[in-house]
Amino acid sequence: MRAAPARRRPSPEGLVALLVLALAMAPARAHIQAGEVGGFLSGFKHPISGLDHVLAMVSVGLWGAQLGAPAMWLLPVVFPMVMAFGGFLGLVGVPLPGVEIAIALSAVLLGLAVAREARPPLPLAAALVGVFAIFHGHAHGTELPPGQSGILYSIGFVVATGCLHLTGIAIGLVHRWPWGRIALRVAGTLVTVAGLGFLWKAIR
Amino acid sequence: MRTRAAGAGTLALLASLLVPVRAEAHLVTTGLGPVYDGIGHLLLTPEDLVPIVALALYAGLRGARAGRLALFILPVAWIAGGLLGLGLGHATSVPVPALSFILFGLLVAADAKLPDGAVAALAGVLGLVHGFLNGPALAGAGPGALGLLGIAAVAFVLVAPASALVVSLKAPAARIAVRVAGSWVAAIGLLLLGWAFRTRGIGPALPGILVG
Repeated sequence: MRAAPARRRPSPEGLVALLVLALAMAPARAHIQAGEVGGFLSGFKHPISGLDHVLAMVSVGLWGAQLGAPAMWLLPVVFPMVMAFGGFLGLVGVPLPGVEIAIALSAVLLGLAVAREARPPLPLAAALVGVFAIFHGHAHGTELPPGQSGILYSIGFVVATGCLHLTGIAIGLVHRWPWGRIALRVAGTLVTVAGLGFLWKAIR
Repeated sequence: MRTRAAGAGTLALLASLLVPVRAEAHLVTTGLGPVYDGIGHLLLTPEDLVPIVALALYAGLRGARAGRLALFILPVAWIAGGLLGLGLGHATSVPVPALSFILFGLLVAADAKLPDGAVAALAGVLGLVHGFLNGPALAGAGPGALGLLGIAAVAFVLVAPASALVVSLKAPAARIAVRVAGSWVAAIGLLLLGWAFRTRGIGPALPGILVG
């Protein structure tokens, strides 16, 4: 039977050395960039903070998945750029009338497209999505908070938007099964109903 | 009359873009020496980092030869531009990062079929311009010319695997994923451009200029 090893007790000299090291002052090397983390997080949160935006962008992914290739990939390529163009217009102060109504309408029509499994020609689908993207981007552009880090805010904003599309596409992949097709149509109907609610609020 | 007003407005816009401003580049002090400061600068500066990655993706989409050209030309051009910037550099209010994001993002998103020579030229221009703009920041309290070595080394290390990865992609869906990334970069660039206009107070004047 082996004897248990004796526990080594910390020496007082060691404790003093540890204390001295712990209390020694060193210059802070932290690379603090005020507002940058806030900028990314604010940008990331912005597209997902409004249900009307979320429903419309997820619907774009759902519809793309229903339409299949190449629409499934064309829409996520086109939407961020057109939406950013809308954001650009909002940032520089170019006015756009009826933004809230258009955003609500986008939920209604995109939801309807998913509910009916509409299959318009690809340019028409891209144009419909693109027009609504401008309004969504414009709303975000005019709502940007002052003092944020522009680049990190923009990165967070675009990444969140892209993730919403990808989420929609991922959910839309259930389209390959019969039950999935029904589920997508039900989801589209729910988006339309929610969009009508937003429209009522925007018009009132 | 409207044309003349639009021309004057455009001229005012260009003039306001060319007004020199204080350099806002944030230099990183790692405490490990100027080369590491340069490395830290590039890794923590998305304005420089993202266009490099976008160039690597684009060169990869264009094939192995274009990737190799970009790999070697970009760091050399960055050092050349940086040395020029160290000597003569001054900050500019032209939103160069935004324009780089838009240009390289669009090239990736569109999978534009440019010849290898054009890809090499684009790598050279990117390195020269961004390196030149690094100059004022490096010249002051920054790491100086040695910092450029760190920046160029990271650029090389970033472009090599990124472009090689894209060259190896054969599945159409994977290449489309790269193009989606390009569209995100272009979208970020558009927002940056709007941000630059708004920050400089050009925003409120722009609608009138656009409308004429």
